[in-house]
Amino acid sequence: MNKILFGRYIPLDSFVHRMDPRSKLVLSFLYVIVIFFANSWWIYLLMTIVAFLSILASKINFKLFVEGIMPLLWIIAFTMVIQIFFGTGGHLYWQWGIFSITSLGILNAAYIFVRFTLIILISTLLTLSTSPIQISDALESLLMPLRKIHFPVYEVALMLSIALRFVPTLMDETETIMNAQRARGVDFGTGNIVQRLKKIIPILIPLFVSAFNRAEDLATAMEARGYQGGTGRTKYRQLKWGNRDTIASLVYLLMTASVFALRLL
Amino acid sequence: MAITFKEVTYTYSPDTPFEFEALKNISTKIEDNSVTAIIGHTGSGKSTLLQHLNALLKPTGGTVLIGDTAITSETSNKNLKPLRKKVGIVFQFPEKQLFAETVEKDIAFGPENFGNTTEEASQVAKRMAGLVGLPAEVLSRSPFELSGGQMRRVAIAGVLAMQPEVLVLDEPTAGLDPRGRREIMQLFTKLQNTQKFTIVLVTHQMEDVANYADHVIVMEAGKIVKEGSPRTVFADVEWLHEKQLDVPASTEFAFEMQKRGFHFTQFPLTESELADDIADLFKKRGQTHE
Repeated sequence: MNKILFGRYIPLDSFVHRMDPRSKLVLSFLYVIVIFFANSWWIYLLMTIVAFLSILASKINFKLFVEGIMPLLWIIAFTMVIQIFFGTGGHLYWQWGIFSITSLGILNAAYIFVRFTLIILISTLLTLSTSPIQISDALESLLMPLRKIHFPVYEVALMLSIALRFVPTLMDETETIMNAQRARGVDFGTGNIVQRLKKIIPILIPLFVSAFNRAEDLATAMEARGYQGGTGRTKYRQLKWGNRDTIASLVYLLMTASVFALRLL
Repeated sequence: MAITFKEVTYTYSPDTPFEFEALKNISTKIEDNSVTAIIGHTGSGKSTLLQHLNALLKPTGGTVLIGDTAITSETSNKNLKPLRKKVGIVFQFPEKQLFAETVEKDIAFGPENFGNTTEEASQVAKRMAGLVGLPAEVLSRSPFELSGGQMRRVAIAGVLAMQPEVLVLDEPTAGLDPRGRREIMQLFTKLQNTQKFTIVLVTHQMEDVANYADHVIVMEAGKIVKEGSPRTVFADVEWLHEKQLDVPASTEFAFEMQKRGFHFTQFPLTESELADDIADLFKKRGQTHE
């Protein structure tokens, strides 16, 4: 479980860390959309520079980002292989039945590699520099307009923040239960697929039971502290748009504009 | 079965920003047929140490000798099962590990994993349920219908059913009422008296340490800072206070009396020792007055 980077937050004091989570969320989203419009190496170069500048501004060790990419390497490689062998157009190098290697196929595979890597870098930057609670605050704030169409924004945000809060707790609990069952002679990771599936039961049932108990305790504790639903509440964590957010937004908007300009060239 | 630690270190998530050295150069021996108590603050590495006792964790440095088997960082995860049969661990809040439809099946789960037939396992389950003081009619019920105290007994019976040689208990009485606590602790002493057992006990209840332990290991920040018999460890009350650790109430009482001019040659550990000492003190006073 130690290798999982998802949802890990590295508390540091940096330009990126002190940004408003809303702007981080929106800008990461913008970045991911813009990258799909990239169609030349110049655009990729520009976007790579922006990504690295953002990472530099976060003061987070680059090694962590590489670790973030590692687990997804297989998916990237798989997609690249498919592109290479099934790509059409351009100069034909090799052909066998439906398989063919063409210059355009190779180019597309290279593009895909860069796209994947940059998307992972930017989303890892978001999760490493923003605590889960900030992300859920940001989502709540960004989803507010949806209240007009009776979307339960408060409830969704509450569920999200509770869920995020309990991810590490449940992971710890899974670990403890697994250890307890190991101590009782369960050998995880051996046997055929049916045997392995059966071994999950002694983890899953205690985990569910404990989650039910936890939910009941939490609901009681929340009611006892006067929780009556989302409407009419005030907020302890205020989100504030600062100069940093304006600067970052300008950089990203400039990047977006340049990308579209380069496309037209 | 004795367990020896030789310069054991353990680091969580090595080579990541979350790296944390939980055990630093631990060397100690848990004697055969003894009761060893491990005390220390939360986060002092007690639970990490426990998980080394049956190779749930393997040391990142040094060696753990479980009986004759040496566990080092290179030991493979295969063939650890026989070890786990010999060292049973009752984790904190063990009622969380219950899962089977009936109490009997849950207790029989351990023995079945170690190769006993269903028949044998259910025999053992029935015997163990009796041993931990569960009424027979509970056996066919779901473990989730039981009270907290009974659930804990089921969980303990489930570990005992493996018939381990070393029984490791991580705060077995946490969250129980005084009566439940007493009953559980009496159960372990009874077990130790009737059959050969090595018990390792992690606890914050210093009374339990004073009453039951032969050997005490005091841990702080991943290191063993003191070890010895309860008497030697609890002799230095001020040192323990400095480490923010408790002493048994009787010892504390005697310590306070000493501050007010009474003299003890040796601090009492239990209530009956304290009573004897106070009786002695009064006797001496009576003699000097006459």
